[in-house]
Amino acid sequence: MSLLNSKVPSGPLAEKWDNHKFSVKLVNPSNKRKFEVIVVGTGLAGASAAASLSELGYKVKVFTYSDSPRRAHSIAAQGGINAAKNYPNDGDSIFRLFYDTVKGGDYRSREANVYRLAQVANDIIDQCTAQGVPFAREYGGLLDNRSFGGAQVSRTFYARGQTGQQLLIGAYQALARQIAEGNVELHTRTEMLELVKKDGEACGIVTRDLITGEIKSHSAHAVVLATGGYGNVFYLSTNAMACNTTAVWRAHRKGAFFANPCYTQIHPTCIPSSDEFQSKLTLMSESLRNDGRIWVPRSDDDKRPAGQIPEGERYYYLEEKYPAFGNLVPRDVASRNAKTVVDAGHGVGHLENGVYLDFSDAIQRDGLETIKAKYGNLFDMYENITGEDPYSVPMRIYPATHYTMGGLWVDYNLMTTIPGCYSIGEANFSDHGANRLGASALMQGLADGYFVLPYTIGDHLAPKLGDDPVPTSDPVFTDAVQGVSDATDRWLGVNGSRSVDWFHRELGKIVWDNIGMERNKADLETAISDIPALKTEFENDVRVPGSGANLNSSLEKVGRVADFFELAELMARDALEREESCGGHFRAEHQTEEGEAKRDDENMAHVAAWEWNGEGEVQTRHVEELVFENVELTQRSYK
Amino acid sequence: MSGSGNTNVLNLTLKVWRQEGPNATGSFDSIPVEGIADDMSFLEMLDIVNEQIIEQGGIPIEFDHDCREGICGACGVMINGNAHGPKKGTTTCQLHMRNFEDGDEIVVEPWRASGFPIMRDLVVDRSPFDHIVESGGYISVNTGAAPDANLIPVPKDASDMAMDAAACIGCGACVAACPNSAAQLFTSAKLSHMNLLPQGQAERWKRTEQMVETMEQFFGACTNHGECTEACPKEISLDNIAFMNRDYLKSKVKNRKLTGQVFP
Amino acid sequence: MAATSTQRGVTPIRPAPRKTLPWPIQFYRSAVGRKWVMGVTGLMLLGFVVVHMLGNFKAYISPESIDHYGEALRDMGGHLVPRTHLLWAMRLGLIGAFALHIHAALSLTLMSRRSNPQSGIDGQKKYAGSQDYIAANFASRTMRWTGPIIVLYILFHLADLTWGTRSDEFVRGEPYHNMVDSMSSLPVAIIYIVANLAVAIHIFHGTWSAMQSIGINNPRINGIRKPVSMGLAALVLVGNLSFPIMVQAGVLDEETSEESAPALVLSEEVTS
Repeated sequence: MSLLNSKVPSGPLAEKWDNHKFSVKLVNPSNKRKFEVIVVGTGLAGASAAASLSELGYKVKVFTYSDSPRRAHSIAAQGGINAAKNYPNDGDSIFRLFYDTVKGGDYRSREANVYRLAQVANDIIDQCTAQGVPFAREYGGLLDNRSFGGAQVSRTFYARGQTGQQLLIGAYQALARQIAEGNVELHTRTEMLELVKKDGEACGIVTRDLITGEIKSHSAHAVVLATGGYGNVFYLSTNAMACNTTAVWRAHRKGAFFANPCYTQIHPTCIPSSDEFQSKLTLMSESLRNDGRIWVPRSDDDKRPAGQIPEGERYYYLEEKYPAFGNLVPRDVASRNAKTVVDAGHGVGHLENGVYLDFSDAIQRDGLETIKAKYGNLFDMYENITGEDPYSVPMRIYPATHYTMGGLWVDYNLMTTIPGCYSIGEANFSDHGANRLGASALMQGLADGYFVLPYTIGDHLAPKLGDDPVPTSDPVFTDAVQGVSDATDRWLGVNGSRSVDWFHRELGKIVWDNIGMERNKADLETAISDIPALKTEFENDVRVPGSGANLNSSLEKVGRVADFFELAELMARDALEREESCGGHFRAEHQTEEGEAKRDDENMAHVAAWEWNGEGEVQTRHVEELVFENVELTQRSYK
Repeated sequence: MSGSGNTNVLNLTLKVWRQEGPNATGSFDSIPVEGIADDMSFLEMLDIVNEQIIEQGGIPIEFDHDCREGICGACGVMINGNAHGPKKGTTTCQLHMRNFEDGDEIVVEPWRASGFPIMRDLVVDRSPFDHIVESGGYISVNTGAAPDANLIPVPKDASDMAMDAAACIGCGACVAACPNSAAQLFTSAKLSHMNLLPQGQAERWKRTEQMVETMEQFFGACTNHGECTEACPKEISLDNIAFMNRDYLKSKVKNRKLTGQVFP
Repeated sequence: MAATSTQRGVTPIRPAPRKTLPWPIQFYRSAVGRKWVMGVTGLMLLGFVVVHMLGNFKAYISPESIDHYGEALRDMGGHLVPRTHLLWAMRLGLIGAFALHIHAALSLTLMSRRSNPQSGIDGQKKYAGSQDYIAANFASRTMRWTGPIIVLYILFHLADLTWGTRSDEFVRGEPYHNMVDSMSSLPVAIIYIVANLAVAIHIFHGTWSAMQSIGINNPRINGIRKPVSMGLAALVLVGNLSFPIMVQAGVLDEETSEESAPALVLSEEVTS
C-alpha cells in the first residue's frame, strides 16, 4: 500500500531502532529553540513528551481541558508498568516482553514498534525512579516486581495500587520544571477543537478557552496529539467523564487515517451499574479472580439471595467450561462468558446485570484475615460504592470498556498521515495490536513521550529550519476559527428538548449492544443504520443551555458527543469488515467449536486504516499488511 | 434478583451556591430534588439535578469532576460545611447518597479561599497548587540522564513514607477546610515525597525554601488545627507539616552555607 | 513561579520574599518562620509559667520560704553581678519573647484573614453549611481569644503583685502577705481563676502546636505529644488555681504571714 508507508527501518529486529536513530534527521541543539511544537493532552504521553521536548530545547505549548495537567486519566491506572529489567532473575528479556506483547495483541501489531517499546521500557523505569516515583521496594531497598495479567515472569513495577498516579505526577513534575524555566507555555481548561493544515501539513490548532469561551488559534511547526482513547463512546466505561475523541477525530476529518477502531478492550471485573443514571463504572483489580469464584444461579428465575441458593443450584460457568484455567481465563473470555449468562437471564442484582464473585470458599480456606490482608482495600472500595459487605455477601461484577487499542494510524515515527501531526499514547493505534496486555498502557504512553517522539520529531522539523510557523493571521487559521465559532453557535441555537447526556446514553446503548464484547453481522448492520438516525435526532433535538462566553459544560460535551457519533459508526464498519475474531474484537461468526476466537491470518493479518471522505460519505478502508518475521503465529486455547 | 443491591429513595433539598462568573456576586439557590436512589454517588445526584434543570430550561450547575473514582482530584465541594462531605477519607465522587437521610437539606458550596477564586458556581481555580509545584516540586533529571533504577537503594520505610505523602491528589480540600485557608498540608506532602527519597536530596533545601515561599504568596498561615488532615480524602498526615517546618529552617541556614562554599 | 504557566491566574496575597535581606529576617518574614518564633517563644513563656508556679508553691512550705525565694531571685548571681541585674536580664528576655509572640500572632492572623475573606477571624466559619469543626478543638479555635485575655491578666497581675498599685496594703518584698491580701478578695480570686483557665487552655493547644511548628515529630514521640500538652496544661491549671482557692478556703492566711513578716525587712530601692 503506497498510501501507508510505515517507515519501519531495515535491519535485524534488535537493531532497527538504533539504525533509525542514526538515520533520522537531527536538529542542531542551538537551532531547537527556533522550533515550536504544540502538545495536546497532559496524560502520561503528553506530559512526558512536552517535558522531554522542552528539555531538548524546543519551544512547547501544552493544552489540557483539565484545570491542571495532573488530572489526566492516566492517573487512574492501578496495576503497574512492565519492563524487562529481569531484576527477579526469572528469565525475562527484551525479546520475551516483545514476544508476549505481540502474542497478547493477537498478532495484529507491528513487530518493529513493539520491539522498540520493549527496548525503551527499561529506560522508563530508570527515568521514573530518578524522578522520585516511589515504586514498591523490597527490604533491601531495591525495586520489587510482581507478575501481572497472567505473565509468566515478574516484570511489573508498581507503586501500591496507584502506579498511574505516581507516574503521571512524575511526568507532571518534569513538565512543571520546564514551565518554571519558561520553556513550556501551559494552557489549562483549554480544549482543542480543530487541527489546522496548510499545504497539506499540520500547522496549528484552534482552541476554546473553557472559562472565557474565547476561540483562538495557535500555530507551530508540529502538532502532537496525546489525547487518549475513545472508550467513552460506550457512555459507560471506566474512563473519566471528560475523556473524548474530539482532538483525534478532528484530525481524522482533516485527513489523518483512523486505524482499527473496532479494537476495544473490555475489563471483566467492574462493579455493575446500579441504575440508569450511573455515570461511570469502577474497575476493580483483576487479582480478585485469583481467589474469588464466579457463579450465577443455575435457574434463570432464581430470585433468592445468594446465601440461600444451595451449592447444587449454582452455576460456576467458568470452572465448568474451562476446567484447566477456571476463573483465571483471559479477560476477554471471562467477559464474554459473563455476558452470555447475563443475556440468558441468569444475571444477579436488582437490575440483573451482574455475576457473583464469591469469596466465601477462600475465606473458609485461608481465613478472613488472609483475605483481608490481600484484598482489604478493594473490598472497602466495593462496600463504599455498593453498600454491601463483600465478606458476607458475594460481590457482583460485570465487564466494562476499559481501553481502546485503535486510534490514529501512525508510522514508525509516530506521525499520522498528516505530515507534522503526531499521535502518541492511547490516541494512536500502534503497539497493542488487537488486545493490550496488563501493565502495558503506562509503558506505551511513557515510551512514546519520553523516548520515541523526542527523537523522531526531528525528522519532520530538521528540513524546516528557517521557516517561521504559519502566522495565525493566515486565512487557514481565520477560517478554522470561524468554523469553530459557527459550530458553537449552531449547537447553542438548536434549543431542542433533550440534554446532551441523554443522547450520549442512548448512543452508548447502541454501541454496547451492537459493537460490544461479541459482535455479529446483523448487529453491526443495525448499528450502522441506527447511529446516523440517532445522530440526526441529536442534531435537531439537543438542548445546549447557556452561552458560549463562559464555563458551559453542556457546550463542551455536545461537540464531543457529536464526534462519538461519527466514530461509533466507523467502529461498526470496521468491525463488520474485519471478518475474524482477534483480541478485543470477537465476531460470533468466527469462533472455534469451543467458542474460542478464530483468527484469519491468511486474509486479515493487516491494519485497517480509514480515510475520511467528507461529511456524510463512508470512509475508505486502507490496509497495511503486517509482516511477522520474528514470531510464529499461534492460536491460543484455554481449555 | 437475589436480595442484594436494594435501594432506598431519598427526597432532598439542595441549597447550592450559584455564581455566574469570577467577578459576579453569588447566592444560594434552593432546589428540591426527588427520587434519588441511595446508591448513587453525590455527583450522579448533581447530574440528575442538572438534567432536570436543562429540561426546565434553566442553566445547569457547573462543578469540577473527571475520573469519578477518587484519584484525579478534580472534584470537591463543601457539603454541609464538610469538605468532600461527611464521610472520612472520601472524595466527593466516591461519596454515596446513603450517607444522607430522606428529607435532608444539603448545603453545597465551592471551596472558599483567596487562593482558589471561584470561576463559576462550584468550580474554583486551583492553579496556585501548580505554581507551588513549579517552584520546586520536582527532581531535576532530564529524560535519558537517569542511572539504573537499582543503582540507589531506597530503604523500604523511606519509600513507603514517601508514597504515603505522594498519595496526595491535589484536590484542595485541605485549603478549603482550613479556617486560615492555609496550604501547608498540600505543600508539605509534596515536600515529604521528595525530601524523604535519596534521589531528592540534591535539591532538598532549595526546593523547601522555594515551595514554602511560593505557598505563602497565595495562602494563609497554619495554626495547627488539624482540619486539613480530617478533610483529606487520602488522609495525609499532619506529621508532614512538622517535617516541612523543620526543613524550612534548615533550608534557610543550609542554602546560605552552600552559597558561601561555592562563592567564598 | 513562572509567568508563562497559565493564561489566567490567581492574584497573590503577598509579594515574593526579598532575597537580599539577612536570612534571619527573611525567615521571620515567612509565615513558617513566624510560627517557629511563636513556637520557640511560646515554649519559653511556658517554661516561665511552670517555674513561676513552682516558686509559688513555696507558699505552702511557709511564708518565709516564699519571701526568701523572692529575695533570692533578686540576688541571683550572688556577688558576681550587681543585685537584680540577672533578674532584669531574664525579665527583658521574657518581655522580648512576649513581644515577638504577640507580633507574630497578630501578623499571622492578618495574613490568614487576607487569604480567607469569607472568614473574619480564626474560629469563625467560612461556610454556610451546618457542620462544625472536626479536628479543631475549643482550645485551638480560641487561641486568639485566650491570648488577649492572658495579656490583660498579666497587666493586672503585675499591677496587683509587682507594682502594688492595686491596693494600699501592698508591702514591697512581702510576696506572701501581698498574695493573701489580694486573693482574699473574692472578685480578685475569681479574676485569677478565670485567667488561669485561659492560660491552661492556651497552653493545651500551644504546647502541641509549638512542637508541630518547630518540627518536633518523630514516630517514637508523636503519640505522646497530645498527652504531654494535656498534662502540662493540667499541671499549670491545678497548680495556679490552688492559690486563690486555698486563700479563699483559709488554708493560706495572714496569721501565718504576720508572725513571720517582721523577720524580713527590705530596703525599698531594690525590690522592684
